[in-house]
Amino acid sequence: MSTATAEHVDSQDEAHHHPSDRKYVQIAIILAIVTALEVGTYWMESVPGEVLIPVLMLMMVYKFFYVAAWFMHLRFDSPMFTKFFVVGLILATIVYGIMLTVFEFWHKG
Amino acid sequence: MIETTSRAIGVYTRPKGNTGWRDWITTVDHKKIGILYGATAMLFFLIGGLEALLIRLQLATPDGTVLGADTYNRVYTMHGVTMVFLVIMPLAAAFANYLLPLQIGARDVAFPRLNALSYWVFLFGGVFLNMAWIFGDAPDGGWFAYAPNTGMIFSPGKGMDFYALGLQITGIASLVSAMNLIVTVLNMRAPGMTLFKMPVFTWMILVVQFLLLFAVPVITVALFLLLFDRNFGANFFNPEMGADPLLWQHLFWIFGHPEVYILILPSFGIISEVIPTFSRKPIFGYPFMVFSGIAIGFMGWGVWAHHMFVSGIGPISIAAFSVSTMFIAVPTGVKILNWLATMWGGKIRFNTPMLFASGVVSMFTIGGLSGVTHSLAPADTQQTDTYYIVAHFHYVIFGGALLGIFAGFYFWWPKVFGHLLDEKLGKWNFWLMIVGFNMTFGPMHILGLQGMSRRIDTYSPGFGFEFWNMFATIGAFIIGLGVLAFLLNVWISARSARGAPPVGPDPWDARSPEWFTPNPTPVHNFDEDIQIESLDEFWHRKYGLDEDGRVVRVATAEEVCQDGSATDTHLPSPSYWPIVLAAGLPLIGFGLMYSLWFCVPGGALVLMAIYGWVFEPADDPDGSHDHGHDGHGEDDAVLLGGSAENAEEAPVG
Amino acid sequence: MAEAAAVSHGHGTGTGLSNNKLLMWTFLGSECLLFGGLISTYLIYRSRFGDGPAPGDIFDIPFTSVSSFVLLMSSLTMVLALSALQRGDIRNNRIWLLTTALLGALFIGGQVYEFTTFLREGLGYTTSPFSSAFFTLTGFHGVHVSLGIVMLMSLLISSFRGTLTKERSETVEIVGLYWHFVDVVWIFIFTVIYLVPSPTS
Repeated sequence: MSTATAEHVDSQDEAHHHPSDRKYVQIAIILAIVTALEVGTYWMESVPGEVLIPVLMLMMVYKFFYVAAWFMHLRFDSPMFTKFFVVGLILATIVYGIMLTVFEFWHKG
Repeated sequence: MIETTSRAIGVYTRPKGNTGWRDWITTVDHKKIGILYGATAMLFFLIGGLEALLIRLQLATPDGTVLGADTYNRVYTMHGVTMVFLVIMPLAAAFANYLLPLQIGARDVAFPRLNALSYWVFLFGGVFLNMAWIFGDAPDGGWFAYAPNTGMIFSPGKGMDFYALGLQITGIASLVSAMNLIVTVLNMRAPGMTLFKMPVFTWMILVVQFLLLFAVPVITVALFLLLFDRNFGANFFNPEMGADPLLWQHLFWIFGHPEVYILILPSFGIISEVIPTFSRKPIFGYPFMVFSGIAIGFMGWGVWAHHMFVSGIGPISIAAFSVSTMFIAVPTGVKILNWLATMWGGKIRFNTPMLFASGVVSMFTIGGLSGVTHSLAPADTQQTDTYYIVAHFHYVIFGGALLGIFAGFYFWWPKVFGHLLDEKLGKWNFWLMIVGFNMTFGPMHILGLQGMSRRIDTYSPGFGFEFWNMFATIGAFIIGLGVLAFLLNVWISARSARGAPPVGPDPWDARSPEWFTPNPTPVHNFDEDIQIESLDEFWHRKYGLDEDGRVVRVATAEEVCQDGSATDTHLPSPSYWPIVLAAGLPLIGFGLMYSLWFCVPGGALVLMAIYGWVFEPADDPDGSHDHGHDGHGEDDAVLLGGSAENAEEAPVG
Repeated sequence: MAEAAAVSHGHGTGTGLSNNKLLMWTFLGSECLLFGGLISTYLIYRSRFGDGPAPGDIFDIPFTSVSSFVLLMSSLTMVLALSALQRGDIRNNRIWLLTTALLGALFIGGQVYEFTTFLREGLGYTTSPFSSAFFTLTGFHGVHVSLGIVMLMSLLISSFRGTLTKERSETVEIVGLYWHFVDVVWIFIFTVIYLVPSPTS
């Protein structure tokens, strides 16, 4: 149908806006560096948990959203897709966060 | 280009033709799938109803001996599971399947074959669950299946495995159908139909699909953990090893409370169509109706622990969940107010659909109010596990959800079958059900507050329970008569419609776009796209304003309706694969329970079906309706099968 | 599927988005709740190891770091496969699809090795709530990766049959979405389960 044709044209247009392979490799390098930093914390035994855990979380979130934004194309694609993903993420975080709270998970540190 | 490949593989021919049983098992038509859903769910409804009558017979007199304790446990468990998962949910799916594409002016759902898959998976899951009776090992742990009571030590038979696997299978059906309908609503609307011109029913179904989308995986996790505990010796719910049984309760109710809204919102949607039509007024506060539905959907996620006030979750949790539970009454109250305001000042016709709809408004209000009493933790502590709870949720699910579905039956019967149901029998149907219902469940409030605990198989004389129990049992049989009146009505109306002229295009002076199609709906739905300019588009084409600003009829329904004469509409081709894929799942289930060897044919069926599905062009170039086809459909077809379908297997493990 | 046929003539999808991609994203949204449940279960039980090995005693961080890195890089090769096909470069598309599948298989191999090592060190599936939760969570993730490999291999077969062309790059994109999602879940698991200091006995 005309619609399907239109979509195909669109997707090819989009393809031009997609980053180059070079960019993808750069992003992978950044991700690799962050992963190396994360793993590096394993040998830093003197760092207290109150510092270590937030730093780790920050790096994890950074990697998470970098992959989602670039490799999953959420940066370039329709915000609708982002919404589905983010709603799922937020709902899961809140609901299971409450559940963990009820289990007094955070008290144990 | 794909055609050549699929011919090269060329092993399977596509089903052809449009008649007979073969058509029913291969259909991808959303209307036929809707009818299949409805008919199947009604069969399960009769089974579940029979179980209810057995329960009431056992409890009619003190020291009842009709069933015995063990069978009683199985019967009440299967009654609950059947009514929730195999009756109310699929009945809502029946209405959603049939009406949602019509209400948004679409040719079909976005993924017709996935739609067929949902139905067959549901059917096989339901049959699988009920086969537990044949194997003499029906589940006996309640529909909530609290672990560790449902673990191997306390439930050594296969019953709870039937429960867990059966719900896992029907869960796949719900999830697939949720994804399908969400895409349908977002992508398939008729030109001009913005989200806020969609009928309230479509809106409520959309909210329900989102609830399913996010709630089903939670029960999937819980059921997997239970299965692994039971079959592989895992320690998720084994307190001896330091596990916490509350984990099951949390996971179950994180799913279970949204589930309550999954059950009730479709019925809210149905009566939001019925009440304006029979009050001859537009729905009062349409945006409030929509937003309160969305609000219920969101808030439904934050109240689950009010099912666990006596489970030992700590005072802070109890306080927090008390407050959130009180809050959720607000959007529900908004809805009730809006229905009343819609009726207010309207020229109300009390046809059967309207009777049932008013039944929902009144009965659900009672159920809602008794629900609010549970938000007060001290009162709830008294009520927990008593008949007061049984009374409450039957007022919500029977008085709210089921009566609404009956309103829908009477309202849309002409749309589906081309003839009306008999009004006189319909009124008998309504009054028998509403009287029987109140006789059955009304006294349970009293019994509960007197301290009669639920789930017990009998009680001793002398506690003052005798009278109301007998009363409730009589009520239950009156409900049974009401259901018989409905079945009789279906039969008699079909007989008297034979040979009679078909019902006109607009028997109720209706409002929403599904009535643009003739009755019954032709296989291709709409002859041509409808251009939507307002909410209640169908009504606005029939009525206009004269110079004095009064509403006058400007067109007859016959002029507004399409005549169903289009012949060159392209239809999605039927397929064998949905039923083949679905048939593999119960085999895998039996394999996990009895012998892993059963998994081999089951897995083979599933795999074969997936690959058959992927390589089958979605549209058969040799099919009977092949006009206006340009090949793109096929590309997309193969693509879907390859990705989403395999992905779908993921939660199955 | 027949969505193109089902869309009424003369107007596009309501959102202008592909039905198939939207379907995959709804599915991924749903998967968040699935993995969320498994991860929370693990977190609740991670300190309940009874007499068995504790997570802090048994995790081999350097080894898991390597396999995590492998999975992360498979996301890169996946996106390169898509980008190649979008350019119409069938050859590179096949190479990168195969590489992605191999990296995935390497990750699974690493997981099998990890599981057998744990088993040898006395951490069986039934040892403790911790062990059950750990094996279930990582096992579910492993099953997801394996299904992804099956999909990638199916794409490869389809490519060699000549049906995976530039026009159908959306298929690769959708499989890619699934693959990246599985990777993203592992990013979460790797940090929260492995790197955040675990209880020791």
